[in-house]
Amino acid sequence: MTLELFLQYLVAGLTYGSVYAVVAIGFNIVYNASGVINFAQGEFVMLGGMTAASLSRVLPLPLAVAGAVAATAAVGALVELAFVRWLTRPSLLRLVVITIGVAILLREAALAVWGEGVRSLPYFSGTEVSAFALGGVRVSPQVLWVLGTTAATVALLGLFFGHTMLGWEMRACAANRDAAALCGIPTRRLLTLSFALAAAIGALAGCVVSPLSYTSYSMGEGLAVKGFTVAILGGLGNSSGAVAAGLVLGVLESLSVSLWPTAYKDVVALTALLGILSLRPSGLFGSREASRLREPA
Amino acid sequence: MTLVRTAAAAALLAFAPAAPAGDPIKVGALLAITGPASFLGAPEARTLAMVAEELNARGGVGGRRLELVVKDTGGSPEKAVSLARQLIEEEQVFAIIGPSTSGETLAVKSLAEEEGTLLLSLAAAEVIVNPVTPHVFKVAPQDRFAAEMIFRRMKAAGITRIGFLSSNTGFGKAGKEQVEKLAPGYGIELAVSEVYDKAATDLTAEVTKLRAAGVQAILNWSTEPAQAIVIKNARQMGMTVPIFQSHGFANVQYAAAAGAAADGVIFPASRLVVADSLPASDPQKAVLESYKKAYEARYREEVSTFGGHAWDALMILARAIEQGGADPARARSAIERIQGFVGTAGVFHFSPTDHNGLGLDAFELIAVKRGRFVPLGP
Amino acid sequence: MRVDPRVKAVGLAAAVVAAQLCATGTGKGFYLTPLTLAGYETLAALGLSLLMGYGGQISLGQAGFFAIGGYTSAFLTTLDLTPHRGGALAAALATLHLASPRPDLYGGEVLSVAPWAALVAALLLGAALAAALGVPVLRLRGHALAMATLAFGIIVASVAVGTEALGAADGLHGVPPLALGPLRVGGGPAHRVENYYLAWALVLLAAWLLENLVHSRTGRALRAIHGSEDAARAMGIDAAALKMKTFVLSGILAAAAGALSTHLVGGIGPSQASAMKSVRLVAIVAVGGMGSLWGTLAASAGLTFLSLRGTFGAHDDAVFGGVLVLAMLFAPDGILEVDLRSLLARLAPARAARKEEG
Repeated sequence: MTLELFLQYLVAGLTYGSVYAVVAIGFNIVYNASGVINFAQGEFVMLGGMTAASLSRVLPLPLAVAGAVAATAAVGALVELAFVRWLTRPSLLRLVVITIGVAILLREAALAVWGEGVRSLPYFSGTEVSAFALGGVRVSPQVLWVLGTTAATVALLGLFFGHTMLGWEMRACAANRDAAALCGIPTRRLLTLSFALAAAIGALAGCVVSPLSYTSYSMGEGLAVKGFTVAILGGLGNSSGAVAAGLVLGVLESLSVSLWPTAYKDVVALTALLGILSLRPSGLFGSREASRLREPA
Repeated sequence: MTLVRTAAAAALLAFAPAAPAGDPIKVGALLAITGPASFLGAPEARTLAMVAEELNARGGVGGRRLELVVKDTGGSPEKAVSLARQLIEEEQVFAIIGPSTSGETLAVKSLAEEEGTLLLSLAAAEVIVNPVTPHVFKVAPQDRFAAEMIFRRMKAAGITRIGFLSSNTGFGKAGKEQVEKLAPGYGIELAVSEVYDKAATDLTAEVTKLRAAGVQAILNWSTEPAQAIVIKNARQMGMTVPIFQSHGFANVQYAAAAGAAADGVIFPASRLVVADSLPASDPQKAVLESYKKAYEARYREEVSTFGGHAWDALMILARAIEQGGADPARARSAIERIQGFVGTAGVFHFSPTDHNGLGLDAFELIAVKRGRFVPLGP
Repeated sequence: MRVDPRVKAVGLAAAVVAAQLCATGTGKGFYLTPLTLAGYETLAALGLSLLMGYGGQISLGQAGFFAIGGYTSAFLTTLDLTPHRGGALAAALATLHLASPRPDLYGGEVLSVAPWAALVAALLLGAALAAALGVPVLRLRGHALAMATLAFGIIVASVAVGTEALGAADGLHGVPPLALGPLRVGGGPAHRVENYYLAWALVLLAAWLLENLVHSRTGRALRAIHGSEDAARAMGIDAAALKMKTFVLSGILAAAAGALSTHLVGGIGPSQASAMKSVRLVAIVAVGGMGSLWGTLAASAGLTFLSLRGTFGAHDDAVFGGVLVLAMLFAPDGILEVDLRSLLARLAPARAARKEEG
């Protein structure tokens, strides 16, 4: 394999890896705030893309994206208010089941609103055929948008959680909900906020990747599985771990196509995951204590 | 628990069967309206509804009203089997139109034969009617003709080495079989042959593999939106080689989804998608334009060949009933005698040994030019 | 109020018979086929209920074992050994009566493995793979375990759809009926009643056995592990061995369900291994109530039957999602354990508050 080909595979892997990473970050934000694995995260990505595609017919692109992100954030908040909050005696199984149920409902609602057809956003810059050379590799400008958006999201989240009052409050909730409540932190509101934030991030990812592929009502399920895989691989709750794991998974999948039939792409990736989990049960970068503390009874 | 069961039993008794089928002719339909094959089933369902209404407005079939019983299989073969049983035994349908996909048809085929129910499949695989069984028919053109049209074009262009991509569905698999079988006869080598997941959203890695193998053309065989993605990935990577698609591409939304990248893509399809560009002398033009106008006015979306299959199936069935009589056995033999029926997929000539009725001439090679489909010509 | 399991079993048996008589009596015999299929799904759900409800191990890969059972049976019984007739393997199989000639769909004759032998192979393979998977996976907890089992399910589905020998996208068809002495699984509508009773007899048997297991010492040990694995181990319970046994048993039940379903329907396809199917099974166990075998039974029979009948038309998935959400919100212990009083109390808090004041 020439260097150029290798780079081509690498870039393809990094592009999709970063999408997986963003979905996983969404999982992590909610998990950190509540111990809930929100399987509806994949649907938030879908909703972002679909809403933006509809809005882009009447609004200029940046406004359409902003609108989609805001609308999906609202849906995220609604999901928490309407479903998660009412759950009595939440156990791992119940939480998994209810978020799966919500994911299914969101998907069916999307089908009812938008139909089964596929949509995509126009390219943020350039067209379907434009590409520029990046060290011998030809890459669509949209790929840079994807990578850039992921990097910006991770950086901004880092700033938010590291240096703002609200971010600190959310971290306090995550560390010990009762203690935080005793300190006067509005834990219930912050939980809603965490859902909204995760939804917004997912929606943004959905918008930025839509021109490269397409958006349709059923794309959420596959993304949720990938996002969950990456979140576990990177250590549940660890967002930088998620980014690393996402990129690793994306590149692994991409390179495996060069060696094995595409049909076994998932088999390779998931067997690797099983191998890693048996050696390091809390994922590549997770910590044992942290994961044990957070598991709901 | 026993209470639940008793209640269910009481409900069963309460819904005792209505009077046996009298005047209306009940036609069942098994369509993948939702689920992964919804781009096939949804237009098919819409077309059937429209055609049934039209037929009834004109006085029905053989003087009797047509009643459609449509079931959504979700693209799942087990559901298709279960719903087929329901249609046959409970609804006692005259015939079944569908299923939408090859996988579902193969699952239902033996059931239909066992029960002696007429089945008009809308799916593409050869094996549906090869070997021929008495009650199973198919109205979509044969995959091998699509492959032959493509290979003829490639040979004329001096192409000898191609990269082949197909999806992991019944359609993709059937296409792969035909392509692998026929390519050597045209002096064409499949340098790379990859099967991708039907839900794939990015095929850059696969296309990179094709590029690495130095292929002279790309042939993609699927019905999913991945068709548009292959095109985008290839062009963005700087691959300028010709891209060919299967007849699964015959829905202009795929060309729209690929935008500027789709320019120059070549694929075989029935003339429905280029109805406007046909000369007035074309035998199909009238039928195609009338279907296109009616569908687009009613549903505000472009026609696709998939919806066209549903039109063909119901109209062929109607013709068979009118010519042979409203008896399932007689209608069945009537279909086998149909010659020269002008449908959307082509002109049908059935026979006891040919339960598809379409030949190579059903296809037209079509190119994409600035987001529109235009006939390529010889 | 704990009802004696014998009463429950008799009640269920009576209901099964009543349903059959009603269906056949009113001329709606075709209801029996989806009910039979629902029965086999229930077998898989019962295995999962044991694993999740009592063992506390979440598994999102149950459909994988179902598919392993089904595909093994289908593959062995449709594989034509005629070209190898002269070979040693075929001769050995024939001598042991493990392979026999039979007519195929188009009138020819094929030599294939006898269905009962294929069934045994399916169960053995299911058990072996469950054991192999269990070694690395059962050490995981919570979400990691969920992910690992999900990964397993997806691997099975990918192998099924990606392998030509397993029929790739089309799956395997033309699977002959399974004859166990005078009983048959499969064989079309003529054998409908037979199939129905056979399926539900197996379900009843499995439920009875599991109920006994659950109320035995092993069952209590399982629940101890579920409560706190460390404490259980401190009490001398071999947690690892017990978890493994439960996992394997659950896998065997799913494999059996898959193999028998395949003979009933005459084929299997990659959609039977899908993650969505695993999710459905988990949802059925959750709706039925973990720790409630009979609840699982009711939920499985009901939901699967209605889904196969296409009662909800194109909204099947939406109804399913809705049921999941409502069950988790209002009947978290399962639909049979709905506590109406506390439910009403939650929905009318003002009234309760006022009562306190007054």
